[in-house]
Amino acid sequence: MTTWPIRLARQLGALAATVILGGVLTAALVRNSPGFDGDERLMDVRLDAQSRAAILAERAADHDVLRFYLRYVKAMFHGDWGISSSLNAPVRELIRSRFPVTAEIMAIGLAGGWILAFAFALIAVHYRWWSRMGSALSVALLSIPSAALAVLVFTTRGPVRAMVALILFPRLFDYLRNLLADAYQRPHIVTAQAKGIGPVWILLRHALPVCAPQLLALAGISASMAFGAAIPVETLCDLPGIGQLAWKAALARDLPVLVSLTMLITLLTQACNAVSDWAASGMKGARP
Amino acid sequence: MKKRHIAAAVVLLILAVVSFAAGLLPRYSYSAQYREFTDAAPSLRFPLGTDDLGRDRFARLLYATRVSLLLAAAASFAALVLAAVLGGIAGYWGGWWDRCLKRGIDLMLSLPWLFLLLAARALLPLNASPMTSLIVTYALLALLGWASPARVIRAGVRGFRDSEFVLQARAEGLSEIRILLRQVLPNLRPILLAQFWTSIPVFVLTEANLGFLGLSAGEPFPTWGSLLRELQSPLLAGPAAFAPVAAIALSVCCFRLLSPRGGLQA
Repeated sequence: MTTWPIRLARQLGALAATVILGGVLTAALVRNSPGFDGDERLMDVRLDAQSRAAILAERAADHDVLRFYLRYVKAMFHGDWGISSSLNAPVRELIRSRFPVTAEIMAIGLAGGWILAFAFALIAVHYRWWSRMGSALSVALLSIPSAALAVLVFTTRGPVRAMVALILFPRLFDYLRNLLADAYQRPHIVTAQAKGIGPVWILLRHALPVCAPQLLALAGISASMAFGAAIPVETLCDLPGIGQLAWKAALARDLPVLVSLTMLITLLTQACNAVSDWAASGMKGARP
Repeated sequence: MKKRHIAAAVVLLILAVVSFAAGLLPRYSYSAQYREFTDAAPSLRFPLGTDDLGRDRFARLLYATRVSLLLAAAASFAALVLAAVLGGIAGYWGGWWDRCLKRGIDLMLSLPWLFLLLAARALLPLNASPMTSLIVTYALLALLGWASPARVIRAGVRGFRDSEFVLQARAEGLSEIRILLRQVLPNLRPILLAQFWTSIPVFVLTEANLGFLGLSAGEPFPTWGSLLRELQSPLLAGPAAFAPVAAIALSVCCFRLLSPRGGLQA
C-alpha cells in the first residue's frame, strides 16, 4: 500500500508531465500549421522587400519548436511568460488583467449550473414527469451550439454573464439525476424513508455522502467545461476575458499567448481533477 | 426499437434526402447572388429570405445540411478508426502501450479542445481554398476527438482479452493480430457503433461553434457553422437567420435520441 506522500508526489509528477506535454503539443501544432509564416502585415502593399524580410525574420526564432519551447519554459520559471506578438504586451500582464473577468463568468456559471441541475435532479428523482421534463430540456439545450445559445440569450436581453450556467446545466443534470436516483435506491435510504426521517436529513446525512466521490469528480470536470463555454460567450459579448484573448491570439497567430494559455488551462484542469480525485479518494477511505 | 428511435431516424432520413436532392435542382445554388434582393425577407421565391450578398438562405441551408451531416459522419468514422487502433493495441497488449495510451488520453482530455481547434484552424494560410479549410476543420475534429472513444474501446478490449474464446483462439495458434482483428474487434461492434453515433453530434456542435467564430469553411462554401456567422450581429439578423440553429438543434437532438445514453460529452 502506498503512503500519501508517494501518492502526492506521483500526482504532482503526472500533473507536471501533462502540462509540459500539453505545451509541447500546442507549440508543435501551431508551428507545423501550414500558415504559421503567414502574417497579415505582409499584405500591406506599401512594404518594401526589406520590411517584408524583417517581418519574416520575427518568426524565424520560433521555427525550431523544441528550441522555442525550451527557451520559453526556462524564461517562464523566471516569471517571464513572453511578449504577445499581436498585442505587444507581456503575456503575464494580459492574463493577469483578463483572468478576473473569466473567473467571474466561470464562478457565476458554475454556481448557477450546479444549483439549477441539482435542484432539477433532486425533484426528478421523486417525480417521474419532472424527470421527463428535465430530460427534454436537457436534450434541447444540449442540441443548441453554445454560441447560438449565447446569441439567443443576448437578443432576448437575458443575463449574458449567466450563460455558462445554461450551457453547463444539461451536461450536469443527467449525471446528477442518475447519481441521486442510484443513491435513493440504497437499502439504508429506503429504510430511513420508511422510518419517516425528514427528506432534508435523508439528503444531507445519507444520500449526499453516498454520491460525494462522484460529485467531486464531476465538479472537477465541470470547471473545464465552464472554461470551454466561456470562449463563445466572451467573444460574442465582447467581454475582455481569457476566452476572448484566446480567440484573438488564435486569429493573430500569437504563439507565446497560445502556448501560455494552453499550459495554464491544462494546469487548471489537471489541478481541479487532482483535487477532486484526492477529496473523493479521501471520502472513500473514510467510509466503513 | 422504441418509437422515439424510429421518429429520430425518420427525421434524419428526411433531412438527408432533402439536402441531397437539393443538388439535383438547378434553382438552388448556394453561391448565386441576387443583387437586387439583398437582405430580402422570406417570400415564396426565397423561403428563408436572402443574406447581405443576396444569396438564397434556404439553398445555402440545404447545402450546409448536406456538407455538415456528411463530414461530421466522416470525421466521426476517422476518429473511431484512430481510437480503435490505439485503444485496441493498448487494451490487448497492456503494459507500456497501455500506460502510454492512458497518459495520452488524460492529456488529450485535459487540453482545452475548442481552444486548440481555434488555434490550429486559425493558422491555416490566409489564401486557403474553401474546400481545404473545410477538410482541415473536420480532419482536426477527427484528430482531436479520438481520446474519449479510445478510452471506452480500451476498456472493452481489456474485458475480452482473457475471455474463453480468445484463450481458445490462442491455443489454436492464431497470431495475436489476427485474434485482435478477427475475434475481439467484431465483438466490440456495439461499443464502436455507440461511439460513432455519439461522436457525430459532438462534431456537429463543435463545427458550429467554430463557424460562429469565423473559423470553419471559407466563403462561399456553406456549412451549418459558417451560416451561424450571420448571428455575430444578432440585432441586424432577422428571425430567418436562426434557421440553421433550428436545423442543428433538430439533427443533434435526433442523433442523441439514436445514440445510447452515455456519460458526459464534450
